[in-house]
Amino acid sequence: MRPFVALAMGFLFGVGLALSGMTDTHKVIGFLDVAGSWDSDLLWVMGSALATSFCLTPLVLKRKTPIFAAAFSLPARSDIDAKLLSGAALFGCGWGLFGYCPGPAIVALPLGDTSTLVFVAGMALGGSLN
Amino acid sequence: MSLPLFPILGGLLIGTASMGLLLLLGRVAGLSGIFWGAITGPDRGWRWLFVTGLVLAGLTLHSFDSIPIPATPAGSIWLAGLAGVLVGVGTRIGSGCTSGHGVCGIGRRSARSLTATLVFMGTGMATVYLTRHVLGWLA
Repeated sequence: MRPFVALAMGFLFGVGLALSGMTDTHKVIGFLDVAGSWDSDLLWVMGSALATSFCLTPLVLKRKTPIFAAAFSLPARSDIDAKLLSGAALFGCGWGLFGYCPGPAIVALPLGDTSTLVFVAGMALGGSLN
Repeated sequence: MSLPLFPILGGLLIGTASMGLLLLLGRVAGLSGIFWGAITGPDRGWRWLFVTGLVLAGLTLHSFDSIPIPATPAGSIWLAGLAGVLVGVGTRIGSGCTSGHGVCGIGRRSARSLTATLVFMGTGMATVYLTRHVLGWLA
């Protein structure tokens, strides 16, 4: 059951990203372009995804364990340090430079554009530089 | 005013998939972490399957006429590579991206994730301002 769940949730998440327009770098840059002709659509994406997570997360975490695993694996840290801030800042620069964040770039891979492939390879390289 | 149907529906699916992963497997749907964990481990198995699901979604969804294939990204291969490296290193140092911090982290009421989200939204907007309106690239 667990392999099927992982595949199905990845598929559902990917459908959400593609349907919402996040895989279109022009649209993402239009959303980040607050000084230009701002595209508000992605605010609706973020808003509806966050509303779902904000309302349901406390209900899910009331359970002692997940349904198909022994325990919840949650990030333990709550401190705000220089690594968090500098990492997030660098990530934002890369996001604004090309218009992909990690998920949409992976979903867009099979569309066959070479620059998408190069971006994802860059992500793997960047991760290993840390 | 008509509501943007696909963005709202897409966002609801993203939220539902994140909550499904948490409820069923107890995992946070942070895509930079899942991508990196699929490469380096541990627990590669479910991460590869999740990434495979993402790719299958991209492969099948655009065969519907109402969901056109997005236009080719603007910018050279070099820009794509540079942006990818920045996203890769930034999400590793900063422990997450739009999904892990922006959707799941804020959903858990994490001040750390809210801070990270405000920072990457801010530098993302600043980068677009700089490249489009100051340097005049790709405008």
